[in-house]
Amino acid sequence: MGETFAQKVLGYKSELSNLAPGQIITVKPDRLLMHDNTSAIVSKIKDELKEFGLIDKELPVIVLDHVIPAADERTATNHKKAREFVAKYGIKNFFDIGTGICHQVLFEKGLALPGSIVVGSDSHTCSYGAMGVFATGIDRTEAAALLLSGEMWLKVPHSIKIVLSNSFKPCVSAKDLVLKIIGDIGADGANYCAVEFHGDIHNLSIDDRFTISNMGVEMGAKIAVFPVDSISKDYLNSIGVGKKQYQPIWADPDAQYIKELSYNLSEIEPVIATPHKVDNVKTISEVEGLEIHQALIGTCTNGRLSDLERARDILENKKAAKGVRLLILPASKEVYEKALDRGIIASLSRAGGIVLPPGCGPCLGAHQGVLAPGERCVSTANRNFKGRMGCKEAEIYLASPATVAASAVKGYLTDPRKI
Amino acid sequence: MNVFKYGDDINTDMLFPGKYTYTCSTPDEIKPYLLEDIDSEFSSKVKQGDIILAGKNFGCGSSREQPVVGLKAVGIKAIIAKSFARIFYRASINQGLILIECPEAVDVFKEGDVKIDFEGGKIIINQEIFSYPRLPSEILAIREAGGLIPYTKKRLREKR
Repeated sequence: MGETFAQKVLGYKSELSNLAPGQIITVKPDRLLMHDNTSAIVSKIKDELKEFGLIDKELPVIVLDHVIPAADERTATNHKKAREFVAKYGIKNFFDIGTGICHQVLFEKGLALPGSIVVGSDSHTCSYGAMGVFATGIDRTEAAALLLSGEMWLKVPHSIKIVLSNSFKPCVSAKDLVLKIIGDIGADGANYCAVEFHGDIHNLSIDDRFTISNMGVEMGAKIAVFPVDSISKDYLNSIGVGKKQYQPIWADPDAQYIKELSYNLSEIEPVIATPHKVDNVKTISEVEGLEIHQALIGTCTNGRLSDLERARDILENKKAAKGVRLLILPASKEVYEKALDRGIIASLSRAGGIVLPPGCGPCLGAHQGVLAPGERCVSTANRNFKGRMGCKEAEIYLASPATVAASAVKGYLTDPRKI
Repeated sequence: MNVFKYGDDINTDMLFPGKYTYTCSTPDEIKPYLLEDIDSEFSSKVKQGDIILAGKNFGCGSSREQPVVGLKAVGIKAIIAKSFARIFYRASINQGLILIECPEAVDVFKEGDVKIDFEGGKIIINQEIFSYPRLPSEILAIREAGGLIPYTKKRLREKR
């Protein structure tokens, strides 16, 4: 009988055959992502690190991104402790503030490779599914234990197959598709499951796939994964990763799924997730005209070059409406510099955009763009939970870069096809 | 004993707002902010041995573990929900916080007492008995060791 991606990759990594969904196995992840929570993770195992040492200095990848540059003494101290840990244990893969948002950085640095297992103390670790990685989020304590033992248990997940056909119409993108899927199946629609994307994936860029995999956790998925095709191979080649360095593992054609869904990309319309749940998805016409105070374009969900280009296409030679604070958040320094070179940053800035350092700040309400009571923000980020942007009496709407840019111009929620 | 009842999709921002994630990590720092945005009385009311009942997808959202650390520290005996989000579920095993998936019990409860027979895997509400499945032994071993760090320590010492 054929095997799913999850069965195959976990079988390959655990050296076991015929894995069944529900089976519990032990694996050694290839990478462990930690960010600003490094100091909290390491402080859990101070004595144990002295007793047992760090299992493998190649295992952790540390990216400081969540509150950067530090907002106060406490966050500055967190960063300092992370740097001290890196120096003491000779951690090879450390990226200090300003490099970018952790998920984008792992991608760019070739640290999330097809056929590998990457776990991270961040729920959006599932992003690397875009590159055929078994990638999933874990808690801080699990990360601490991994630093000591290098291994963890995993339950082989059931899988859901989503078949995509055709390509998007203008002003529609991956964000609209993934919000539509989440709206259809619900915030727990893929709970504990692996979600596989099949079909016309050649019509989706790497950036689009990243957006979709990034939102996998918002439907409860353990992983949200794409096959490795010529587009992903070209990307890997462009960052200096050769074919011998990875395993392009994919599901067998006769693999078994607990659910199969299909989406015709040409029928997807711009949609928006309304407060306070990501699966509260509506067509834009249902909310058209609602006044906005802030528009956020970027984050790990939609902060790549093609996302900024889509925003630029709408905002070029226009201005954000009076009363709208337009925030631009590139996913990494590399994205930021490419956008600078291509004049995208200049266009966005002239449209009224405030360019933020590549980090997580406003998305989790830590700093840089916290909302006030009664305010409404339209954002390309991944969560609209109550209080998410620092204020429980504010509203967050989630949409694509095109929709956010169009809404910024109008000063109210609107359909990008109208601009 | 208090029984706190909440709805579906109680996410980690509701359990512990994200804005405190990088400034609070010890149980004492976490406690005042537990469930702040959905139940402002929770942290003053909660007592050792209390139970939380909730709908589906409890703990969805961020991987932050402050909700689990905090709820364990204030003495929550168990959370009974229709279902749990996976990172929260795993974090709870790692902290030794007991989660029970039992949709029937959640539907039946209106008010009053909830008793749990951990040995027998049963929940008793108004004399009605609901059975729930036990965790696989590999995973129970983590909880029984007092959480993942003590469990890992024990295993690493045994390996020597």
